[in-house]
Amino acid sequence: MSPDALAQHQGHGNGHGHAHDDGAGHGTLKGYLTGFILSVILTAIPFWLVMDDVFADQRLTAFVIMAFAAVQIVVHMIYFLHMNTRSEGGWTMLALIFTIVMVVIVLVGSLWVMYHLNINMMPMAPHDMRTMP
Amino acid sequence: MSAHSLQAATPAEELAFHVTEEEHAHPGASTMLGFWIYLMSDCLIFAVLFATYGVLGRSYAAGPSGADLFDLPLVALNTAMLLFSSITYGFAMLEMERNRKSMTLLWLAITGLFGAAFIYFELYEFAHLIAEGAGPQRSAFLSSFFALVGTHGLHVTVGIVWLVTLMVQVAQRGLVEDNKRRLMCLSLFWHFLDVVWIGVFTFVYLMGVLQ
Repeated sequence: MSPDALAQHQGHGNGHGHAHDDGAGHGTLKGYLTGFILSVILTAIPFWLVMDDVFADQRLTAFVIMAFAAVQIVVHMIYFLHMNTRSEGGWTMLALIFTIVMVVIVLVGSLWVMYHLNINMMPMAPHDMRTMP
Repeated sequence: MSAHSLQAATPAEELAFHVTEEEHAHPGASTMLGFWIYLMSDCLIFAVLFATYGVLGRSYAAGPSGADLFDLPLVALNTAMLLFSSITYGFAMLEMERNRKSMTLLWLAITGLFGAAFIYFELYEFAHLIAEGAGPQRSAFLSSFFALVGTHGLHVTVGIVWLVTLMVQVAQRGLVEDNKRRLMCLSLFWHFLDVVWIGVFTFVYLMGVLQ
């Protein structure tokens, strides 16, 4: 542990009162309500866009609802999971960043490779598919 | 380290290569970080299932597609259940910080009911799909759909079991430090499942209906 982190830890120890002196954010009523209202809005709009066919272009709709999902995930991270760069001396943020990198590699890698595999396959009629071993 | 400082360590004071007080001062201080790392590994499980769905989600094997099967109002209702359970769990945490035991238990019970409602609607949907002949064995799309959504549902089920266990613990022992720590872990777990559900309703249901 670095001297800084140690000093911070001891400093917390003096001002005891919290169950956990890890710097993890504790929620406030305002924070939870803000997160909830934002989530409701960010959920309702994508459902409305899809159910009422607001955009004629489906590709545009797909991009917009993906953007809404990304924003809502960040809202949940901040207001419900209380993510910040200080909790546990920054280790939770580091683990999160590492996980995001892994998730992106897994998702993008799988989709990319399998898409190319699909379009490079020999064309196959439904009849051939049924008689496949 | 210089020779001077080596000599300075007299035999009287014992050499210690670790900080002893710290562990005693905060029992379970590292639990939250450990639990967070568990959640991140759980995130990878879901990432793999999402990737599987992304690859296989358009392989209908001449069977029904998402547009034929998904009932968006039901999904919207399910999403609302999970969102409400998130905010009520938040209220339970706020009451816990004020050390109000009965209010904490009340909000936890409401959270559990919303979670149970979510599971009920999901099982209703699954039963409906299987009865229509769109079970997991029908096509690659449905296999990956049931694997992804089913795993999420299983997590919520385990979360409810955990919630009931903690309610019994709090009722018996009160809001002691250990129980508070456990409730904070479950809080992370519960909100994390809500984050995964955002991905599910966007990528599986909404985009499944689109194309």
